[in-house]
Amino acid sequence: MKRSRRQFLKVASLSVAGLGAQLAAGGMTQAAAAVKPSYKKNALALKAKRWAMVIDTREFASKEDFDACINACDTAHNIPQMPGNTEIKWIWKDAYDHTFTETTNKYQSKEVEDREYFMLCNHCENPPCVRVCPTQATYKLENGIVAMDYHRCIGCRFCMAGCPFGARSFNFTDPRPYIKDINPKFPTRMIGVVEKCNFCVERLDEGKLPACVEAAPGKIHFGDLSDPESDVRKLLDENYTLRRKPALGTEPGVFYII
Amino acid sequence: MYNSKYVISGLVIFLAVFSYPFWGNLASKDYTGPKLSLPTDQKQCIEPVEFMRAEHMTLLNQWRDSALRDEKRVYVASNGATWETSLQKTCMSCHTNKAEFCDTCHLENAVEPYCWTCHVPPKGNE
Ligand code: SF4
Ligand code: SF4
Repeated sequence: MKRSRRQFLKVASLSVAGLGAQLAAGGMTQAAAAVKPSYKKNALALKAKRWAMVIDTREFASKEDFDACINACDTAHNIPQMPGNTEIKWIWKDAYDHTFTETTNKYQSKEVEDREYFMLCNHCENPPCVRVCPTQATYKLENGIVAMDYHRCIGCRFCMAGCPFGARSFNFTDPRPYIKDINPKFPTRMIGVVEKCNFCVERLDEGKLPACVEAAPGKIHFGDLSDPESDVRKLLDENYTLRRKPALGTEPGVFYII
Repeated sequence: MYNSKYVISGLVIFLAVFSYPFWGNLASKDYTGPKLSLPTDQKQCIEPVEFMRAEHMTLLNQWRDSALRDEKRVYVASNGATWETSLQKTCMSCHTNKAEFCDTCHLENAVEPYCWTCHVPPKGNE
């Protein structure tokens, strides 16, 4: 045993370094190197610069009118029916003074005041929920849709605090047992994530309109706000419309014909 | 060296025990991977088997980001075929048996992916 410890360590460290370099160089498997994937958009996908929704509130009178849309959204997106105050809601209805908090007036038209109104995520142009999300689980797509990547949501609920419209729900428990018929084409969510309406991005991609729009033909309209020729722009031209909490400057993408 | 008799024989015993997994396995029968239930109506996956075996998790991550962030939901495979980037709509429509496909390998390798807390496996395989 003539070799000193110092010599041994030198040789050992060199061989470890060599092994590391080899691993780094050949890190990708041979199989991976042979595959050159690429991605493209679906040819059927509906396109817009800025998606927007116009709800004709005059057309929603009975419970059935509302339920048709709510059920369509619920079944499309595996939204659970939670008991108690842990409700998950993507689209829901509420009273006039809850919907339009800034415009109540003592001598309002009784008919308008007594009506109920749909609420959902407004897919704001300046969405505070996106600004406060620390993981970019909530982000804005180029077409104006405020989307969610549930893989990234850490359940911090900053977005719930940030959203001035209460458009977000938190999963306090595992939602699966509360979904009657699971739609196998859409994922469910899990305990600890926040969720909300996604303007049906997955349907737009297949060339279909949002589920709630489809369930209420002629009552809810969907289209490109940036296109002066679009249906939604024409409706905005011809009717008196409101948006929720305009003074906050979030620029909602949901308009209400009153 | 003091007590060289004990030290050396101790070392030999230690080495024998320490290296048992190596020579023990050399002597035993070849390892055979788990038996998977493969789709009967399909011959080939979206990419070659070796690639899918080694890289399906990387691919799924790319699918997720492409679909959700770039809104590109069509995957063009290396053979030119196109597929919708969807675990539930594409993968699980061929691999309809999660228990005898996904789970078999994952169990063998002690990997516990949490895909299924949100993604829905085909009916009957939960
Ligand atoms: S309504 Fe709320 S959740 Fe939707 S984009 Fe605006 S701030 Fe975000
Ligand atoms: S746009 Fe889609 S996700 Fe949003 S409320 Fe309507 S159906 Fe539900």
